[in-house]
Amino acid sequence: MSAVRNLGSRPWIWSFAAAAIVWVATVWFTGGSSAFGLSQATLTFAAFSIIVGVGQMFVITLGPGNIDLSVPATMTLSGTLALKVMDVQDGMILVGLLVAVLVGVAIGIGNYALIKLLRIPPIIATLSMSFIVQSFAIWTNRGLRIKPPEMLSSFATSYSFGIPNVALIALLISTVAWVLLEKSIYGRWISAIGQSSFAARMAGIPVDGTRFVTYVLCAVLAALCGYLLASFSGGAALNMGAEYLLMSIAVVVIGGTAVAGGNSNVPGIWGASLFMFLVVSMLNTYGFGAGVRLILTGLIIIAVILAAGGRKAVR
Amino acid sequence: MKLSSGAIRLVIPAASLAVLLAAVFYMQPRAMSYTGLNLLFNLAVPIALATIAQMLIMSVNDLDLSMGTFVSFTACVTATFLQSSPAIGILILAGAIAAYAALGVIIHVRQLPSIVVTLGMSFVWGGLAVLLLPSPGGAAPGWVRWIMTAKPPLVPVAIVASVIIAASTHLLVMRSSLGVLIRGVGGNQRSVERAGWSIVWLRAAAYAMAGFFAVLAGIALVGLTTSADANIALRYTLLSIAGVILGGGEFVGGRVSPIGAVIGALTLTLAGSFLSFMRISPDWQIGAQGAILIVVLALRLFLNRLEKREKNR
Repeated sequence: MSAVRNLGSRPWIWSFAAAAIVWVATVWFTGGSSAFGLSQATLTFAAFSIIVGVGQMFVITLGPGNIDLSVPATMTLSGTLALKVMDVQDGMILVGLLVAVLVGVAIGIGNYALIKLLRIPPIIATLSMSFIVQSFAIWTNRGLRIKPPEMLSSFATSYSFGIPNVALIALLISTVAWVLLEKSIYGRWISAIGQSSFAARMAGIPVDGTRFVTYVLCAVLAALCGYLLASFSGGAALNMGAEYLLMSIAVVVIGGTAVAGGNSNVPGIWGASLFMFLVVSMLNTYGFGAGVRLILTGLIIIAVILAAGGRKAVR
Repeated sequence: MKLSSGAIRLVIPAASLAVLLAAVFYMQPRAMSYTGLNLLFNLAVPIALATIAQMLIMSVNDLDLSMGTFVSFTACVTATFLQSSPAIGILILAGAIAAYAALGVIIHVRQLPSIVVTLGMSFVWGGLAVLLLPSPGGAAPGWVRWIMTAKPPLVPVAIVASVIIAASTHLLVMRSSLGVLIRGVGGNQRSVERAGWSIVWLRAAAYAMAGFFAVLAGIALVGLTTSADANIALRYTLLSIAGVILGGGEFVGGRVSPIGAVIGALTLTLAGSFLSFMRISPDWQIGAQGAILIVVLALRLFLNRLEKREKNR
């Protein structure tokens, strides 16, 4: 009994419950025939929101006002540049990956430089940065659509043991993130900063260093996601990151991470990402038009927040 | 010379607007005319209204991520119902304002994060807009068109409208007792509560007023563009937040400035025109806009430091 209560008090349980309900509702409608295909598609597409969501979660944990709006532009630029560098050659895959990571590091450093040196609120700093990055991506892309190397694209679109490879990568990243957050001193530090950055500073925590690392980490994860997404969808597109801005914030918050910071959880991001994709595919299965689909998506998000909400320490 | 901290807050955005305006006049002297000014600032009117709306939400420490989709939705209502059957149109817009007030109540009663609730609402407004106008179309009501294209003597309508918006919201937010209470909720919610005021009603009032100004933004936008489409104002979400911050507002603490917000919106609009006068390649236009945002904020930091040094002396 106490185990049940313990489980119910975990904020992430709600997002998994919601995802499960939507999954059942969709499979039911198709008479059970789509169960396996739907699960594979969900895992594949959720993987991308999980990767950016984990990065965004670290940033949001830093406390009120900390949000990285440069995620979509970072994804676009890293996807574009990496594909350009690899130039369809299988031997360049690792070099491309390195380029993507470097793009992320550079943008993360830029973001934090603006926040720290110019004292710009993070939302505005990352927004201005994203404008510049977006311009850079437009300039490098120039309407060219370069295909990813054969080996990389087949890796990104295939399965191991019935599980999509991208989902396995997302699992690996989430595990590392979970260890960082729960078991390492760095995780304790970002939670402490999110709860009270003044108290954290007084306690001798290197606040600036920790925040710096967090913004770089978020940008690197976004860049990595851009690299994978471009390889998965057979090329980079200028708007490929667009939907991940709201998505990355939504999965973090629906997953039970406090918007006010200082409290985060990794499993919730999985539940929320699965849920968000399942809602869209459920409404598609039921044959709704674009307008109704959007309205229902919004109402369902609010309903989940209402059901799971009412916790303390929210804004 | 002594200036209050409120006035200092205004000096910096006003100065950056003046510098940008001077640069535009230097590059294109013909802009220094009645028509020139009107063209420069035309699109600023709806952005200023949306910025005021965002500012009201920010004054109670919340953030509205659905501003862009909501303005798009009201633009679609204006171009369809308000034009063909005004009574129903007004009813729908009043309903939308009521929905905003209800959001404020829900967010307060359930202690929900405003970012997420408005994020969810942005899907709802977007969906409603798509239902109304699946493809670009509709027409502006005659009277809206008449107001937005009016030609008052001496000063172009865009400037007149901006001044009216700034003055009336200044009275509403900075001088009226309701405005003081709303900012009080942002500053110290508990003390306002202890003084016997209902926080729920104050938050509902702030949201309703924000909804009202956002509706005006949608109407004004259609008056300029003469037709609407479901994605017409999506960038207003980020523009309105940037406008409030440029105008000296802050994310928490009920520290906002309506005059500053309008100036911030004008600055952002002018930045776009400035770039086209510079003949910057379209590839770099967005990037240069980001750079201008950074430069203005850096300027603000510099002036703040200067002011502090004066004080310490």
